[in-house]
Amino acid sequence: MKISLGPILYYWTKNSVQDFYDNVADWPVDIVYLGEVVCSRRHEMRLDDWLNVASKLAVAGKEVVLSTQALLESESDLKTLRRLVGNGIFGIEANDMGAVHLAKGQNFVVGPHINTYNGDTLEILAEQGAKRWVMPMELSRHVLYELMVKKPSGMETEVFAYGRLPLAFSSRCFTARRYNLPKDDCHFMCLQHPCGMTLKTRENQSFLALNGTQTQSASIYNLIGEVSDMQQIGVDIVRISPQPEHTAEVVAAFSTAIEHVASASEAKAKLAPYLFDEPCDGYWHGRSGIEQSMETLP
Amino acid sequence: MSLELVCPAGNLPALKAAVDNGADCVYFGFRNNTNARAFSGLNFDAETAKQGISYATERGRKVLLALNTFPQTAEWHTWRQAIDDAAELGVSALILADVSLMRYASRTYPNLRLHLSVQGSATNYEAINFYHEHFGIQRAVLPRVLSLAQVENVVKNTPVEIELFGFGGLCVMVEGRCILSSYATGESPNTAGVCSPAKAVRWQQTSAGLESRLNGILLDRYSSDENAGYPTLCKGRFEVEDETYYALEEPTSLNTLELIPEMLRMGISAIKIEGRQRSPVYVEQVTRVWRAAIDAAKKDAAHYVATPDWMAQLGKVSEGQQHTLGAYYRPWK
Repeated sequence: MKISLGPILYYWTKNSVQDFYDNVADWPVDIVYLGEVVCSRRHEMRLDDWLNVASKLAVAGKEVVLSTQALLESESDLKTLRRLVGNGIFGIEANDMGAVHLAKGQNFVVGPHINTYNGDTLEILAEQGAKRWVMPMELSRHVLYELMVKKPSGMETEVFAYGRLPLAFSSRCFTARRYNLPKDDCHFMCLQHPCGMTLKTRENQSFLALNGTQTQSASIYNLIGEVSDMQQIGVDIVRISPQPEHTAEVVAAFSTAIEHVASASEAKAKLAPYLFDEPCDGYWHGRSGIEQSMETLP
Repeated sequence: MSLELVCPAGNLPALKAAVDNGADCVYFGFRNNTNARAFSGLNFDAETAKQGISYATERGRKVLLALNTFPQTAEWHTWRQAIDDAAELGVSALILADVSLMRYASRTYPNLRLHLSVQGSATNYEAINFYHEHFGIQRAVLPRVLSLAQVENVVKNTPVEIELFGFGGLCVMVEGRCILSSYATGESPNTAGVCSPAKAVRWQQTSAGLESRLNGILLDRYSSDENAGYPTLCKGRFEVEDETYYALEEPTSLNTLELIPEMLRMGISAIKIEGRQRSPVYVEQVTRVWRAAIDAAKKDAAHYVATPDWMAQLGKVSEGQQHTLGAYYRPWK
């Protein structure tokens, strides 16, 4: 089983992004997804900057994939998409059917924001050239298991296994809204929130996280305890979503679980200090996403 | 192509109300989770569907069937059966979101018209043209997230007819790409055809006020002088950095009545009214106002105004008695 690093979903400064990926070269990750998935206004990293990072990581032996924006609204969004699809070197992760349309015939990755809910849909995407799919966040182990039986041959399966869950996209920017700023003049307030802004209920329960036009879970989806089960049902890749600090330690913990250097409970314990909010794993178990299953006794 | 008025039918009386008051098309769903308003007590069985289709088609109106949830592998046959039943019943078109259903329908019933549901999340012409090229989709319903200029750019770059939401409940998120409901309750529009399902809602009178909860999660708390609306997850009041406010969206309805001349000019093919979960009285009132408004705009777009009387009638049936132009008006974003 391989480890992938998902695209950075937050808005970090160019220096932070470059420093982050300088370190990634030495981590036990096999695949790195790069690029801006959430908001076209975020411009600290330009396409050439991303391609520079991509080249360095490729030299370090990583498979690099360029992720495309999930919500494509304007002609300029499509222009960016065409440049990514036509980059000529790196594969892309399609996060919208518009990207699937343009990437036809390339070996692309079906991102988590394409609604792949059944085997026939996956077959159609394979006919377009998809070589890998990332399971939509809200699907369970049970649904995945049924789908794996119908999976086209050669199709790789990736599961989002760690991080705040991307739950929704809007054209409205909720971070700008918090500061009473219009989206077109947002002062790039996302830069001040490197893991989103926590939204709490009126009785102080952490519930969601606002990340510009994206709404995430406040809780951190964490499937480190399910790694050996995933290996058994044929999951090829686990995805770790970058967080501002301690992503290296998260990767290391998953690596020990995958290599069976640590038991599930040891890996969980190793990871626990680096969770910056409550854990959740409900989706995997076919329950509400926010739930965290009780610890199973050894 | 003229601007068609597409109205919701949650049951047979609503369907008749829509037809009697001037809808060009009505849309409905079967009584299971194959559509995104899978509420108990709502929707059509085989017999009422047959009656409804007869009632509408005898009066020269079209009937569209919403099959706009995403089937999972083990349950896929339920959706296939729904497509077969719809073809047998003779609906005018299917409204689909899942590509596997589009493929099945386009191969099995090549003469059956297909519409891309708003749940298909197509916000750009490359996506719409994908569905057109592969499955012959003839119309696409756009998510309620684009500005008018963006909508116009879509219209100019696709052979597919474009349908816009004109009135009713406002999704602030891209439809088909929002799983907030399953995060809180385990059921979402994509998987179960419901958002913030009623069975997970609890109302509780407390010393702090009337509380609405969704699967135990506090969505809002109302003082005695406030109107409490249906607790849709994205329309609650929450705290962000110590400020309590409608962090995602106010409880408000979309109302684009004043944009009709603009929609006509842009070549929009149809306007959709939301609300299959609403009463026949709602359908009657909203359909009547929109029929009159569309007719007035077609007759004389230059002098068209959304009259205060129309706006007042729509205001009475709006969520929270508030209106917005939503994303069509850019500052909303």
